[in-house]
Amino acid sequence: MYHSIKDILDICEREKIEFWQVVQQADVQERGVSSEESFETMRQMYEAMKRADAEYRSDLRSASGLVGGDGEKLHIYNASGCNICGDFVAEVMEKAVKMGESNACMRRIVAAPTAGSCGVIPAVFLTAQEKMGYTDDKMAEALYISAGVGAVIAENASIAGAAGGCQAEIGSASAMAAAGFTWLQGGSAEMAAHASAMALKNMLGLACDPVCGLVEIPCVKRNVSGAVNAVTSSQMALAGIKSAIPVDEVIDAMRRIGNEMPLSLRETAQGGLATTKTAKEIALNI
Amino acid sequence: MNIFDIMGPVMVGPSSSHTAGAVKIGYISRKLLGEQPVSAKLNLYGSFLTTGKGHGTRKALVAGLLGMKTDDIRIPDAIDIAKEQGMKLEWGEAILKDAHPNTAQLYLTGASGRTLEVIGQSLGGSRINIAEIDGIDTNFSGDYPTLVVHNQDQPGHVSEVTSMLAHKGVNIATMQLYRASRGGEAVMVIECDQEIPQEGIDWLKKVEGVNKVTYLSL
Repeated sequence: MYHSIKDILDICEREKIEFWQVVQQADVQERGVSSEESFETMRQMYEAMKRADAEYRSDLRSASGLVGGDGEKLHIYNASGCNICGDFVAEVMEKAVKMGESNACMRRIVAAPTAGSCGVIPAVFLTAQEKMGYTDDKMAEALYISAGVGAVIAENASIAGAAGGCQAEIGSASAMAAAGFTWLQGGSAEMAAHASAMALKNMLGLACDPVCGLVEIPCVKRNVSGAVNAVTSSQMALAGIKSAIPVDEVIDAMRRIGNEMPLSLRETAQGGLATTKTAKEIALNI
Repeated sequence: MNIFDIMGPVMVGPSSSHTAGAVKIGYISRKLLGEQPVSAKLNLYGSFLTTGKGHGTRKALVAGLLGMKTDDIRIPDAIDIAKEQGMKLEWGEAILKDAHPNTAQLYLTGASGRTLEVIGQSLGGSRINIAEIDGIDTNFSGDYPTLVVHNQDQPGHVSEVTSMLAHKGVNIATMQLYRASRGGEAVMVIECDQEIPQEGIDWLKKVEGVNKVTYLSL
């Protein structure tokens, strides 16, 4: 079993196996299933992400009426040929918004690691498969890497906004996506670890201050920043850039920052964006 | 830790705690009742009460009572479906002291007349805790086959139950004992690694001093 990213890297080295296999073996042991069953479940998670993306509906609005339709706006803009972010990042942005909107509109998504951050990993992974042609099996292997990073964060810090703020949700999702994507692009296990460290560092301190306590504002658009941050962190790692602070220490810093965060910024809708003049007006109309 | 709680679950949005967790509380409560409720009084507390509307918490709880899982796309329509199936719903505010912010208190009645009171808490990331059954404190997640035995607080009942489990080849994962008062009503909550065969449950129901047996089969 592993309790840190360093543990995972050590097991890779000692047993000459891949990062994703360490995570899979631990799952096999923990749940008492075969490696085939474990792999099949991971494939189903990827399949569910694909389905959720394909079933996006631009006509839906959330319970509050505040969220919906922005994914279609990005799609139209990207298709117009004048997008400024390049093909890959433009597609990542579009998918991230769509998934966040689908979640807010009570559609079926994969909590990865949470419902509020459900757009980050699929945005990066589905775009990677579309653009680079990876097989579904390869995608499932990469998802194990993301899941392993998430499990380490959950054990040593938190993946709940109520406990650690948004850094624990979008930040964790971004770190998870960065690790898996780096490996997909041919990066080593160490590079994947550096990518997740850099992604998480960029998200440290992010407050969870949703308007009216709903998973809508600013959550949907934060999925975009988390996904794009994962891509840029991966690119840095693939270029050979290292995180000066090892990922396990970054995770520990995230935990300490979360503990020092006031309750008003931890999913209580009692501070930050949630208590702006406009947010209070919105609350009156819900 | 189950990594599919990290990469997953597949669920209907928008919130793992206020939607998926609420579905689970409803679902586990239905399983504990052992049948579909014909009437349910649902009292909400804390954040479930104040932000529940935007999160679909009420729909989610009812979806669970109807036997839906967290990924069921009918969750948004659950209240209408309950109406069609003749499930009577009543809503209220739970008056609880220092409870978890995401708490629901359910009073259920089945077609057979069996009743059950459950207090469920949604802990985040779709994980839940069943904190009370029929007025007695409990503490289990619903992730394992779980046996809840209400019995008189007398010597020997724990060993009767554990012997039965040993005989059926069922391994105990966790075990908790509670009692209302010395010699009064006691409860044991046993989470198991395997399902308990029906004949074991049936046998237990006939044991003298055992008042009620509730079994959560997965």
